[in-house]
Amino acid sequence: MSEFRLPSLGADMDEGTLLQWLVQPGDTVHKGQVVAVVDTAKAAIDIEIWQDGTVQALQVQPGEKVPVGTVLATLLAPGEAAGAAPPIQAAQVAPVPPEMARAQAAASGAAGEAAPIPAQGPPPPPPPPPTSAAGPAPLPTLQAAVSGLRLRVSPAARRQAEALGLELQGVAGSGPGGAITLADVALAAASASASASPVRPAASAAAPVAGPTAGTPATDRQAEIRRAIASAMSRSKREIPHYYLLETIPMARAQQWLAEANAGRPITTRLLMAALQLKAVALALRRYPELNGFFIDGQFQPAPAAHIGVAISLRQGGLIAPALHNVDQLPLDALMPALADLVQRTRAGSLRRTEMVDASITVTNLGDQGVEAVLGVIHPPQVALVGFGRIAPRPWVDAAGGLCVMPTVTASLAADHRVSDGHRGGLFLAELHEQLQHPEEL
Amino acid sequence: MANAPLNDADLRATVIATLQSIAPEVEPALLRDSRPLRLQVDLDSMDWLNFLIGLSERLKVAIPESDYGQLVTLKDLMDYLKARLA
Repeated sequence: MSEFRLPSLGADMDEGTLLQWLVQPGDTVHKGQVVAVVDTAKAAIDIEIWQDGTVQALQVQPGEKVPVGTVLATLLAPGEAAGAAPPIQAAQVAPVPPEMARAQAAASGAAGEAAPIPAQGPPPPPPPPPTSAAGPAPLPTLQAAVSGLRLRVSPAARRQAEALGLELQGVAGSGPGGAITLADVALAAASASASASPVRPAASAAAPVAGPTAGTPATDRQAEIRRAIASAMSRSKREIPHYYLLETIPMARAQQWLAEANAGRPITTRLLMAALQLKAVALALRRYPELNGFFIDGQFQPAPAAHIGVAISLRQGGLIAPALHNVDQLPLDALMPALADLVQRTRAGSLRRTEMVDASITVTNLGDQGVEAVLGVIHPPQVALVGFGRIAPRPWVDAAGGLCVMPTVTASLAADHRVSDGHRGGLFLAELHEQLQHPEEL
Repeated sequence: MANAPLNDADLRATVIATLQSIAPEVEPALLRDSRPLRLQVDLDSMDWLNFLIGLSERLKVAIPESDYGQLVTLKDLMDYLKARLA
């Protein structure tokens, strides 16, 4: 028998609320399968299991908030007999020797990723002290919501329904096992708003909306996101000696290449400049590994791949920077849909655990908001952040010394002076500049 | 489009519904048709692309990227779509 524990959910998160089990005792599970949905300050996260086996018992019930490391369920290895009666007390959390927890965490960190990534972030915390029967106070709204929907609902769908003030009970599910998917919610919302007065879709839904459905939980989440950002950013400014560099990059070639590339594409496969910029950063990082990794326990640990945290603003305020994996290896035609999917799922509040913990550098693009440049705050334990401002026509001196008008962007690097120096940082920005002059090679 | 032509109200409703699928916080009554849409609604380049994808799928019109520059206000967008649907 083995134990399935709540894995690390990111540097600044040490607990999660179990929202939903996607498996039941007796179910066969496979490595990498999403078995539970856990709510954190930032999003509902799909939790994968890292070994094959059969679920023996679920130790934590929906609505319970537990620390990282808590045993969520027990598993029987393939072929293992059930043996003694499984533990029944849901509230009991057996204390486990730290070595075991650490070994398991290390194993899970290495096993599931596309590339072998060292368990990122702070080392796995020691196992939680045995919680007493008292247990954490359940969140009434969440628990009510969850028990109300023993329906199968994808996290994205649930979040979107909440945002729209849509009641899920009446929604027909088209997913596996009748699960309600994002598409089902969109459909239900569309039909609700079609029949509605031109006020708000949320207000038109039936009784359940009486107390603004999204109201309380959304406000809670906003407050929690704010707290998570406050904690990470305060730590950053307290611990990381930032240095900042700026580089003005001409974008005529990239714009022209993009316009030509998109001219021949249907709208659904068009590329955004943001995708080119991410790829250019990823390629430039290859020669400057000291900007891509983690500063943990007084030491820099380079990341083996370019998992770029993409800063994504949330409509209700706040931001999350989940990882886009292996950006340096993705052709633009794969990078673009991956980016679109990541943005969509981030805003819908449905991210995978690996996306919450793997980012080894962050890119923020505030150009759409019209700012000239952004000087970022590094997300610990990362050691660098690249920022892009607005692309706009500006005066430019060309190679021959003539004055002209050129679309340019100001790229910035905020980096950790404990790990790198301005000289190398400057070379990185020069490399980024060069990458963006050869868009056809991105 | 082969279907019955949309009247202005239907077209506007479709545009607003598409916009709300991207930006649920939009209050249609507060939108000014002749002011730049992206100054009234917080849309980044990904949102804008998704908005146009939504419109092209719902209305079955192609919107070449070279036309994006014409699409500044809600009125621009309505006029453009009407012309494409005619």
